[in-house]
Amino acid sequence: MKEELFVSGRNIPNIDPFLKIWHWQIPLYLFLGGLAAGILFFAGYFVVRGKEKEMQTAVKWAPLLAPIALVLGLGALFWDLKHKLYFWQLYTTIRLESPMGWGAWTLMIITPLSLIWVASYMKEIFPWWDWKFKLLDKFEAFVIKYRVPLAWVMMIYAIILGVYTGILLSAFNARPLWNTSILGPLFLVSGFSTGLAATIWMSKDAAERKVLSQIDLVFIFVEIFLIIHLFMGFLAGSETSIEAANLFLGGPFTVSFWVFVVLLGLVFPAVLETLEIWGFHVPKWLPAVLILFGGLMFRFIMVEAGQITRYLY
Amino acid sequence: MRYAMAIDTKKCVGCGDCVVACQTENNVPHGYCRDWIVERVDGTYPSLSLEFRSERCNHCDNSPCVRCCPTGASHIVDGGVVLVTPHKCIGCGACIESCPYDARYPHPEGHVDKCTFCIHRVEKGQNPACVDVCPTNCLHFGDLDDPNSAVSLALKDRKWKVLAPEAGTKPQLYFLT
Amino acid sequence: MKTRRDFIKISTVGVGAAAISYKALGSKGFGLFESKLEGPVSDEDLTPYPTYCEVCFWKCAAWAYVDKKGRIRKVLGNKNDPHCNGRLCPRGTGGVGMTYDEDRLKTPLIRETRNDGTQYFREASWDEALNKVADKMKEVKEKHGPEAFGLFNHGTPGGQFHHLLRAYGSESNAEPAFANCRGPRMSAYFSTFGAYVGSPESTDIRDTKCLVLIGSHIGENMHNSQVQEMSEAIDNGATIITVDPRFSTAAAHSSFWLPIKPATDIALIMAWIHVLIYEELFDKDFVERYTFGFDQLKEHVKNMTPEWAYGITDIEPEQIRRTAKEMAGAAPAVVIHPGRHLVWYGDDTQRARAMAILSALLGAWGKRGSLYFAEGIKIPEYPQPHYPETKWGWRDWNGDKYPLATMGITTELLKASIPRLNYEHQVKAWLIAGTNLPLAMPDKPLFKEAAAAVEFIAVMDTMPMEVTGYADVVFPEATYLERYDVIRSAANREPNIALRMPAIEPKYDSKPGWWIAKQLGERLGLHDYFNYDDYAEVIDWQLKKLGTSLEEMKKIGVKKFPRKSGPLYMGEGEDFEFNTNTGKIELYSVDFADHGFDPIPKYTKHPEPPANFYRLIYGRAPMHTFSRTINNPNLSDLMSENSVWVNPKVADLWGLKKGQEVWLKNQDGAITTFPVKIRVTERIRWDSVYMVHGFGHANKKLSRAFGRGAADTEMITNVMVDPIMGGTGMRGNFITFLKEDPALNRKEAKA
Repeated sequence: MKEELFVSGRNIPNIDPFLKIWHWQIPLYLFLGGLAAGILFFAGYFVVRGKEKEMQTAVKWAPLLAPIALVLGLGALFWDLKHKLYFWQLYTTIRLESPMGWGAWTLMIITPLSLIWVASYMKEIFPWWDWKFKLLDKFEAFVIKYRVPLAWVMMIYAIILGVYTGILLSAFNARPLWNTSILGPLFLVSGFSTGLAATIWMSKDAAERKVLSQIDLVFIFVEIFLIIHLFMGFLAGSETSIEAANLFLGGPFTVSFWVFVVLLGLVFPAVLETLEIWGFHVPKWLPAVLILFGGLMFRFIMVEAGQITRYLY
Repeated sequence: MRYAMAIDTKKCVGCGDCVVACQTENNVPHGYCRDWIVERVDGTYPSLSLEFRSERCNHCDNSPCVRCCPTGASHIVDGGVVLVTPHKCIGCGACIESCPYDARYPHPEGHVDKCTFCIHRVEKGQNPACVDVCPTNCLHFGDLDDPNSAVSLALKDRKWKVLAPEAGTKPQLYFLT
Repeated sequence: MKTRRDFIKISTVGVGAAAISYKALGSKGFGLFESKLEGPVSDEDLTPYPTYCEVCFWKCAAWAYVDKKGRIRKVLGNKNDPHCNGRLCPRGTGGVGMTYDEDRLKTPLIRETRNDGTQYFREASWDEALNKVADKMKEVKEKHGPEAFGLFNHGTPGGQFHHLLRAYGSESNAEPAFANCRGPRMSAYFSTFGAYVGSPESTDIRDTKCLVLIGSHIGENMHNSQVQEMSEAIDNGATIITVDPRFSTAAAHSSFWLPIKPATDIALIMAWIHVLIYEELFDKDFVERYTFGFDQLKEHVKNMTPEWAYGITDIEPEQIRRTAKEMAGAAPAVVIHPGRHLVWYGDDTQRARAMAILSALLGAWGKRGSLYFAEGIKIPEYPQPHYPETKWGWRDWNGDKYPLATMGITTELLKASIPRLNYEHQVKAWLIAGTNLPLAMPDKPLFKEAAAAVEFIAVMDTMPMEVTGYADVVFPEATYLERYDVIRSAANREPNIALRMPAIEPKYDSKPGWWIAKQLGERLGLHDYFNYDDYAEVIDWQLKKLGTSLEEMKKIGVKKFPRKSGPLYMGEGEDFEFNTNTGKIELYSVDFADHGFDPIPKYTKHPEPPANFYRLIYGRAPMHTFSRTINNPNLSDLMSENSVWVNPKVADLWGLKKGQEVWLKNQDGAITTFPVKIRVTERIRWDSVYMVHGFGHANKKLSRAFGRGAADTEMITNVMVDPIMGGTGMRGNFITFLKEDPALNRKEAKA
């Protein structure tokens, strides 16, 4: 028998017996970040593709959510800081090796970008809108003129943001569950999928919904593929990786992950979307809500389970 | 200069003196600790082996906590000692997540706290508090680059191991076995 | 006059609002605020005050470092002190927690009875409390004679009360340290060598080639200099042989671990003796020159072969021979550690005798690497009148019953307090100083009966321990860091003394023990015995007689003196007169034979656990001293509760899981008050369980200790008394597991 235990009474709050430094704020932040990234990417994408007219919701309406999601996400992140008064220290330095640093700066850029994007459509969305200042009117005109380059920048930053939500976790070698580079693409794809879902839910245009659903289906399949790959990687890995995978393969997270995230959050909405494309009547909110819920669950589970996995003891 | 510590698991009795000495020296709040003791038992009665390990921050050469710190609060000073500057720390918890040894903890004041190798004492030529208090004299501290330092001498003709070498952090606590 | 006394948990009315508000501020408010401002303070900004530790009996000399705000920041060992060599153990380092424990007794308390008959403690002034105790002492003296006032004492504060009672006319005192602990070895070594091994024991572990530990768990008992020397012995490549049914820390660090079946140690030792004699491995010159009774011993152990012992002890004959040869090869540099807590099976004096005989055969007495000749400094006696003669005292209860006991026996003092037992000399009132009897003593019902029977109990302590709940008057004592005390003088390699002086003023309304004793003395008209205003005067007078002064000692803390009694070890072939009947080391004890005891130890079979029961073995954890440190904030951080160690086979059988809470029930049906967690570990035999002693506090006022773990003493209802010196053998108790809360069962039964 092997026995390993602390004999000096170590029982530090939030550290022992299992790490619980990141609570609900971080997964919520990752979810909102991914959601915003998805929305903004497709807004930019359809503008670049010249589909502004056909994809009204994706380009104009859904982006209204993005700055709200980003600000809420930042709020959650701020809430989670334990030394809040010093948060400004984030912006006194650029640290390329720190995923937190990347996040802070990416958000610093993409949040204003999303606001500018929304601003440029304000008059189209709300015809009564008046900027009241000449300067702002001029600025609006400038943005509208350069909307396509702006769309490109936004797409790039949306990808960075989407990947970042995964990198934030995968950068931690110490947590075997997170320490896989698949997490970046996986969170990106999952984030984009939630962005699409939110747009589908908002869209009143059946044709637009169909296009979006088709794209979303691709993302869902890629996501399922990446998840399978994730576990293949773990099971082919070291003892700590296998232990990490086992949390989901018979361990405490088995049901919550496979039932809620994979079945209800991916497979079932994929089926629904397919049915809808084939012409069956499906309430448009149902697959969207399932995908959003699945995405949120996924992040909660990954953050919580990841903190349990470790090298020692 | 490269500070390191060697811990003699054949002599340690797991009394926890290093933990209390650290607590009083560094004013670590009750309920928290910067160092701790692990007991490891292997075998079946009566063929058994037992090892006590006094553990703390490994002051890694390749320290993930310093890399992932977004503000530079976690930093490395002369001798490879990893420190946290409280007024630069935002308490994001990234360094805590990054440490394979779970050596860091959130101080009730908000910043992250950890073993400093008692740098305030070492700078004056003293040993860390845990080393000086140990009744079995099983902790050896010093500069690895100095062949006559206590730690170099302890490592010279003993077998040793480090913890979780597969994490790739190049830890600087050497456990004499 | 009350005949019944309820146990009062000090949390009731008395201590009241002041305490609560302090606690709110102290632990939650100021505590955090301070940590916000203060990191490490450099030693130059701290003022060191000399002291010696009172967290255990080793009494290591130390420095208490006080910061500019008057807070003790840390306690560090005195480098010049042979007890600690500058390195305190965790308890010494955490001793500061004793002073800053917010649960401390803060004011004198007096027991009151409400109209409805319930009782509570009321805060009182010192004058009132002291008067009450002094009046009672006068009353007892008039009615029953001063001898009827008994004293339970331990540690340095106990000494002040011992002085008070002697001056008052009583020698009815006992301390658990004797009959509940190391008494057997005192009687055994005295009868064998005519000398004691002292405290700290004069074991030359530092220079030994072979250390033999028979049930002694150095490293878990944190007897500082011995732990340090064992570590040195490991460095020096000494052979360590540990005999223990449990894979103790010492066993883990040993070259040989003999996992003996419990209660069979004497058989193993006798087999070792057999091998040494019959394989001619013993020190012939030493035996011939210095010992008496070798032939009887040789004849006695003739059939006690390793094969014979194997059937009893489970230790392979080859192992027994091999370890005997290891000892012989290292002789005379062998330490057969005499142990400390020896009261196991009621034949403990004989076991200690066997160990002493084994040492003698190896010539391991007064030789480098064995037992050295310790020398101490006699502290000059401060001028005072002779103590009055006493008509009777502890010697009279021990009397014919335990002729070879050298100190008062606690259980006898308890029994003398119970009229039902018709002792010729009965005790009517108690003073208790520095010992938590309910947790220190086996056989709790006996204590309870005695406590209910006596007319009056006064308790002095720093903490609201269980024993304070039985008191009529409670004196809050200042902790050792806040007071002067007697000069420490214990025999060692080099004679030495150590000073204890206050590092800070006593917190709350607590007072030093000497002050309390003196105040009582003054009220009893014993001024001549307390002819000083401050105990510092006594210390200064004594130190000046010793050629130093209080002033000098405040700077150095410890002073060493040259030896006067001769060298540390015996010379080669030196003539030596032992202080025994025969003037020699008595392998055959004349004294024992005279009193009708076995002159040479023999193995007796002890009861074994019945089916589904396991022998309860208890011991120490390095971070705690019995029950007294459990509430210490620094030390409870290290270990806040005990667990019961269970072999995986037993755990499987019972379906017990790591961390599961169970209640323990013993062979007499006693059940632990609190549940205790299971530790499934290979470190314990399958026929035994192990617990660390001192946990399971029942006083709610101990906020960190209350209900944490279970008390082993509650399971010790079978006491096997040593007929030679009255030792209370406590290892003949067997426990079983209750997986359901027994309180629920009782309720269901009623319903």
